[in-house]
Amino acid sequence: MALLDSPAPAGSGARLMAVLNNATVRSVVYQALTLACVVLLFWYLISNTIENMSQRGMSAGFDFLGVSAGFGIGFTLIPYREGDTYLRVFMVGIANTMLVAVVAIVLSTVLGLIVGLARLSNNWVIRNVARWYIEVLRNTPLLLQIIAWYFGVFTLLPRPRDSIGWVDSIFLNNRGLYLPAPVIADGFGTVLAAAVLGLAGAFAWARFARKERENSGRIRPVVLPVLALLVLPPLLATLLAGAPVSWDMPQLRGFNFVGGLNIPPSFCALIIALSIYTSCFIGENVRSGVQSVSRGQTEAARALGVPPGRTMRSIILPQALRVIIPPLISQYLNVTKNSSLAIAIGFPDLVSVWMNTSLNQSGRAIPIVAMTMGFYCLVSLAVSLAMNRYNRSILIRER
Amino acid sequence: MTDAVRGEPPVEMIGVNKWFGAFHVLKDIDLRVREGERIVVCGPSGSGKSTMIRCINQLERHQEGTIRVHGRAYGRDLRENDAIRREIGMVFQSFNLFPHLSVLDNCTFALTWVKHLPKKEAEDRAMEMLTRVRIPEQAGKYPLQLSGGQQQRVAIARALCAQPKIMLFDEPTSSLDPEMINEVLDAMVELAESGMTMIVVTHEMGFARKVADRVIFMDQGEIVEEAPPAQFFDAPRFDRTRLFLSQVL
Repeated sequence: MALLDSPAPAGSGARLMAVLNNATVRSVVYQALTLACVVLLFWYLISNTIENMSQRGMSAGFDFLGVSAGFGIGFTLIPYREGDTYLRVFMVGIANTMLVAVVAIVLSTVLGLIVGLARLSNNWVIRNVARWYIEVLRNTPLLLQIIAWYFGVFTLLPRPRDSIGWVDSIFLNNRGLYLPAPVIADGFGTVLAAAVLGLAGAFAWARFARKERENSGRIRPVVLPVLALLVLPPLLATLLAGAPVSWDMPQLRGFNFVGGLNIPPSFCALIIALSIYTSCFIGENVRSGVQSVSRGQTEAARALGVPPGRTMRSIILPQALRVIIPPLISQYLNVTKNSSLAIAIGFPDLVSVWMNTSLNQSGRAIPIVAMTMGFYCLVSLAVSLAMNRYNRSILIRER
Repeated sequence: MTDAVRGEPPVEMIGVNKWFGAFHVLKDIDLRVREGERIVVCGPSGSGKSTMIRCINQLERHQEGTIRVHGRAYGRDLRENDAIRREIGMVFQSFNLFPHLSVLDNCTFALTWVKHLPKKEAEDRAMEMLTRVRIPEQAGKYPLQLSGGQQQRVAIARALCAQPKIMLFDEPTSSLDPEMINEVLDAMVELAESGMTMIVVTHEMGFARKVADRVIFMDQGEIVEEAPPAQFFDAPRFDRTRLFLSQVL
């Protein structure tokens, strides 16, 4: 305000211009205007919604969550019965969505790494197969691919009585994939203890191998012994303790299979389509990451006589990861969000059971949409937070 | 083994030819390097000098001719090629340090994964070499935290750690700021005085005059002239050499 009080010889017009051209005044005015716009917009949206809803006798409350939903869900990861509440439906939807997301993320990462490295292969056949795999699959819509896998492959499989079977324990037919289900019996504790011991042993071996390398320079194999320590002890315990885990085998009874673990065709189609589609993008990320590491790095390692495998693991990949991780985060978020396309083939994910069935049945649009958006936001933020933290930990120190 | 090859020249190139596609980069190169000899290779850009020394440790494969290192020739046996290559250290124009490893880890990397030395021994040797190039105090830093001259000295220390019998330098000062060139050249002069066999591609004619036993001038893929520095600089025999010298001196 000192500006206004200061003796200005010029007229009031010039004084006004002086105020308007002041940096502080400008920034305050623009911020106030922006804030006012945002508040007004929200006030309009909210008051309008409340008005419309009260006219139609709808409620925005969350009281319906305790009410019984009263519809069945074809595939649930967590226990669910028809009489359970809407809240339970929400949980079932989240569990199914998370299952799809996690499985698809793991599969697409493994596939993507393979395809990405294959794309850089010196072998003409491998390089070109990988290239066409990527070009064809990433340039067609995901929804189309999901529908193609579902209607073009899984629903065209033979009827249960003509199932495709492997060693009488795994069956594939138009009702899905049937696997033997593990049933836990007495003595399972021994197996668990053996597994824990094996895990501890694996850690101990990895530590020992590192110490050995540091103390005597001797290089010991790590990958195979660790795998053996993880797999063999529980396996041996299972045999010695007289099979504390028995297998519930799927069996054909009449027109269908009973027993075992049934994975519905919609889940198979969704996982395969999502994993393959995403693996193309991850493959390209891997390729660009590896290519971003200068050729000089490989040459320096080669000049030092370092074997190619060690160069890839200790020199190229650690540097490539810096370039791969940020776009990988977006791919993981995409998988999670794209899993909502499950609705097209009737897999009961969150969008299907919650945004579709529950919303239609209860009419509580506002809370249901808000909860769904809240869930996807939360997952996305959590994934990107974790990945950003990891990314920061592998940054190269430059200053 | 080393006794059997004693007397064999450290590096011997006989009738070496190389093409990049249709481009003939190396034409009938014959070169014999004596034990402890310091050779400076110069010539206009694109004359094949870098390609020639990169052939010596097989970062580039030649298509015709023979390259022997202490009497052992490169061939189709990849393990033998690796074994031959370990006799040779190399320093690059762009340093090529591993940016995600500390200076010390850069130096110990090959000692750990190629020579299988215990960590303590590897680190002792790395510190010894870092002291030799006068930057032991930078051991804990990362390459990109150092100046260009310091990085190139780390690269020299890293190559020396593997205890090579021959050192190749591919334009080691070309990407340095002028005020940093001398610290790298000093390290190289010191190395030369210790009796290391060295082949240096460089435009530093002062270094050539001071250190080299023999200067080689290459143009268009051929060795045009080779002579001791005094004769090379003061009485070059060929017009091409004279033209080149008039441009760089």
